[in-house]
Amino acid sequence: MPLTIGVPKETAAGEKRVATVPEVVEKLIKLGFTIQVEAGAGDAATVSDDAYRAAGAQIVEDTAALWSSSDIIFKVRGPSAEEVGLLREGATLVSFIWPAQNPELLEQLAARKVTVLAMDSVPRISRAQKLDALSSMANIAGYRAVIEAAHHFGRFFTGQITAAGKVPPAKVFVIGAGVAGLAAIGTASGLGAIVRANDTRPEVGDQVTSMGGEFVSVDYVEEGSGVGGYAKVMSEGFQKAQREVFAKQAKDVDIIITTALIPGKPAPKLITAEMVQSMKPGSVIVDMAAEQGGNCELTEPGTVTVKHGVTIIGYADLPSRLSKQSSTLYATNLFRLSEELCKNKDGTIDVNMDDEVIRGTTVVKDGAITWPPPAPKISAAPPPPAAKPAAAAAKSSGHGKPGAPSSTKRAAVMFGVAALFFLLIGAGAPPAFLSHFTVFVLACFVGYMVVWNVKPALHTPLMSVTNAISSIIAIGALVQIAPPMDGVALDRPDGWIRLLAILAIILATINMFGGFAVTQRMLAMFRK
Amino acid sequence: MSYSLSTASYIGATILFILCLGGLSNQETARRGNLYGMIGMTIAVLATVFGPYVAGFGGMAWVIFAMLIGASIGLYAARKVQMTQMPELVALMHSMVGLAAMLVGFANYVDPIAASHLSGAEQTIHEIEIYVGILIGAVTFSGSVIAFGKLSGKISGNPMLLPGRHWINLVGLLVVIFFGRQFVHADSIGEGMAYLIVMTVIALAFGVHMVMAIGGADMPVVVSMLNSYSGWAAAATGFMLSNDLLIVTGALVGSSGAILSYIMCEAMNRHFISVIAGGFGTSGGTPAAADGMQPAGEVVPILSPETAELLRDAKNVIIIPGYGMAVAQAQHTVYEITRFLRDKGVNVRFGIHPVAGRMPGHMNVLLAEAKVPYDIVLEMDELNDDFPKTDVAMVIGANDIVNPGAQDDPNSPIAGMPVLEAWKAKTSIVMKRSMASGYAGVDNPLFYKENNRMLFGDAKKMLDEVLAALKA
Repeated sequence: MPLTIGVPKETAAGEKRVATVPEVVEKLIKLGFTIQVEAGAGDAATVSDDAYRAAGAQIVEDTAALWSSSDIIFKVRGPSAEEVGLLREGATLVSFIWPAQNPELLEQLAARKVTVLAMDSVPRISRAQKLDALSSMANIAGYRAVIEAAHHFGRFFTGQITAAGKVPPAKVFVIGAGVAGLAAIGTASGLGAIVRANDTRPEVGDQVTSMGGEFVSVDYVEEGSGVGGYAKVMSEGFQKAQREVFAKQAKDVDIIITTALIPGKPAPKLITAEMVQSMKPGSVIVDMAAEQGGNCELTEPGTVTVKHGVTIIGYADLPSRLSKQSSTLYATNLFRLSEELCKNKDGTIDVNMDDEVIRGTTVVKDGAITWPPPAPKISAAPPPPAAKPAAAAAKSSGHGKPGAPSSTKRAAVMFGVAALFFLLIGAGAPPAFLSHFTVFVLACFVGYMVVWNVKPALHTPLMSVTNAISSIIAIGALVQIAPPMDGVALDRPDGWIRLLAILAIILATINMFGGFAVTQRMLAMFRK
Repeated sequence: MSYSLSTASYIGATILFILCLGGLSNQETARRGNLYGMIGMTIAVLATVFGPYVAGFGGMAWVIFAMLIGASIGLYAARKVQMTQMPELVALMHSMVGLAAMLVGFANYVDPIAASHLSGAEQTIHEIEIYVGILIGAVTFSGSVIAFGKLSGKISGNPMLLPGRHWINLVGLLVVIFFGRQFVHADSIGEGMAYLIVMTVIALAFGVHMVMAIGGADMPVVVSMLNSYSGWAAAATGFMLSNDLLIVTGALVGSSGAILSYIMCEAMNRHFISVIAGGFGTSGGTPAAADGMQPAGEVVPILSPETAELLRDAKNVIIIPGYGMAVAQAQHTVYEITRFLRDKGVNVRFGIHPVAGRMPGHMNVLLAEAKVPYDIVLEMDELNDDFPKTDVAMVIGANDIVNPGAQDDPNSPIAGMPVLEAWKAKTSIVMKRSMASGYAGVDNPLFYKENNRMLFGDAKKMLDEVLAALKA
């Protein structure tokens, strides 16, 4: 029996996002589900009811009817108390819940005997990245933070030399290089600003650089990676060193974007009132942690204020301000979750508590609170540098020698062998042979030197040309075919020799002409 | 032409051959290098034919007759051959050099003039030279014929491993040495000939056995090794005939092949001996493979339109071709896609692993044939550091050369082999016919990476679809 997914209109004030978009509706239908969307649900995200209808969804006018007739509810924000009352018993709700901050909501939901999957609780393991809505939203928020900053900032981001004079590039300092921070770094550097960033986790330095930023480190040795790739609370000593760095940056930069969050804790106060005071007038601070109290002491969550000539942006709804984009990404995350829940593509779901991803995401299962889940074991941070080189050195010695002896020892052995060899030859061989042998050894060395210079790209032509050259063996046959008989002619089996020689010449000539011709053909193809 | 003049011509030819190999150090001078080779060869042949070694008009007629036949076959083959068949052609040509060396050796042995002025130690050395020359020639010949069969698919590419094969080889070697002794002490040509023939048969069998035991992806090593052998065969013939030109040329070719074999082995992180001994991991690698990490995660398949989408949105693309591209003859479509993307300003480059394909430099030749400019075709070491900045790494018909296990998993049979780090790109797309493991029989963790997508199907067909989707 295929289940029905219902997508209600978001009721929270200012929330413009919607939990599904027409493209995703089509994909969900392919998984076997029936989709109903509340009338006007997508209006704020500029998605019309007609677009949903065209994608195959049913439009339901009545809110209560939608909630009661849906087996699964897809939402963005956690449900209000009213909405919890509308939930049908045994239904499944998927939305942001923030269980740590909203324990009473969790209780209410459990009381309704429903199953709840919290999109903010998706475990941070690599397999679950495709349904990690926090990352999707953080990415958008980071982008929007820069755009908001640009809107309030009175200058260009990029440096320019105009007829009217030189414009210096804006300097942006990003605190916290998580998904949002990195998105902000990328966006700001894309606009041409000079971007610096700081994070307590030193391993993100490369990521900062890759996005076009410069990593500003705090010279204080302490590992800042907590479980699950999130940051943790740092020691007092570190915080002091960090504040000095920030104070220095505040005097220099035009825009500060803060994204520092610690799971389950209020946001750390990183930008003090003095730092704000020290900034140039017209500077902008975007406090992306506003909802959790803000990283800046002067932030007023939800609004824009000007303090000491510095604009402080404390919007808590940055993703919602890019409603179309965030709805699309969130809807895709939900679709990926649906894929995980509906492995058989038959329109039914299986909340499999043995699956690490689903286990972590599920906060209420059939009326029982299952939050918090057991701690994830894998951190996104690299494990401490183990004895890896040692392991590599002891690699499977299935291929011959157990390990190379030291090079000097090897060289000594080789020289010894060579000396012995030459001694033997010198003792036994006649002079005529030795002169040929000299030529041979020298030629080997010349060949060695020359061939090392050949480009790997030309190895095939090298082989075919050496092949052509080795048909020099024809000369051996040529001298046999009709040698001058200077009196010594004994009973020479002329016929036999000639036959062998002619065959050898034919073979060698095939090689000679074929080899050179095919090399020429190949080389002609190499072009810039 | 006097004796001195012909010797001087030989010196000229030698220098031209060295310049010829030297010219191959880069693409601009390579064509001139090949020209030097041709001139050198012409000088060498003319100096011999008109020199003091060939008497009378009758001899000349035979030479012209034989060379005309050889030249027409050679030129025809060179015109006809497909670039994907180059490894086969090269192997076949090696076999001809080997056979020619054998024939020259036999002819030399029955020719009384050759040894008429020799005595004592010189006589013995000459006979050893004949014996060794024929031995190398025979191994080269039969080994190359089998290599040709394997490369052209006429013989199964799987290694054929006889029980106790190392003992068989050892016994063969001892018998060859024993008969060599008998041969040197033979009283008459007839008796010597009998030993010679027995040795030849053993050498031929050895050549067959050696190459039969080597698997498909080790072919680059084998082909370059046979290349080396054909050189040594020529050098041995040179000793036999006391001809310095043959010695020098043979030594050049021999060392060139040896270096190529060495480079190929390095690129697979394997010892030359273990390649020649045959079979992958047969000397203790197999149990290690069982302990190797089993890649976890799931494979994400995609279709051509999504591939086109990924490519269209990319700024930096690296294409990693492998033998699969050659098999599917997909290089022309690859070029079309490359051209389309480059016209749109996408930075498309090719990353070539040293052992991609079935002979050294195979991929470069295929791409050159498809008109891909060689300055965007780079070696592994040249672009391996660029993967983190690459949006899409597209792997076409390659497997082991992009296996992250070679770096991460010390228990992997291919641990330590240098690989192209495709998994460091933002997205990697692997085109493969199925999930079958590569030549080394190792599962590839790349396929299970979060940022990897699999495009299943025949490379040519899939790339045609991708191209169509790109243009749409």
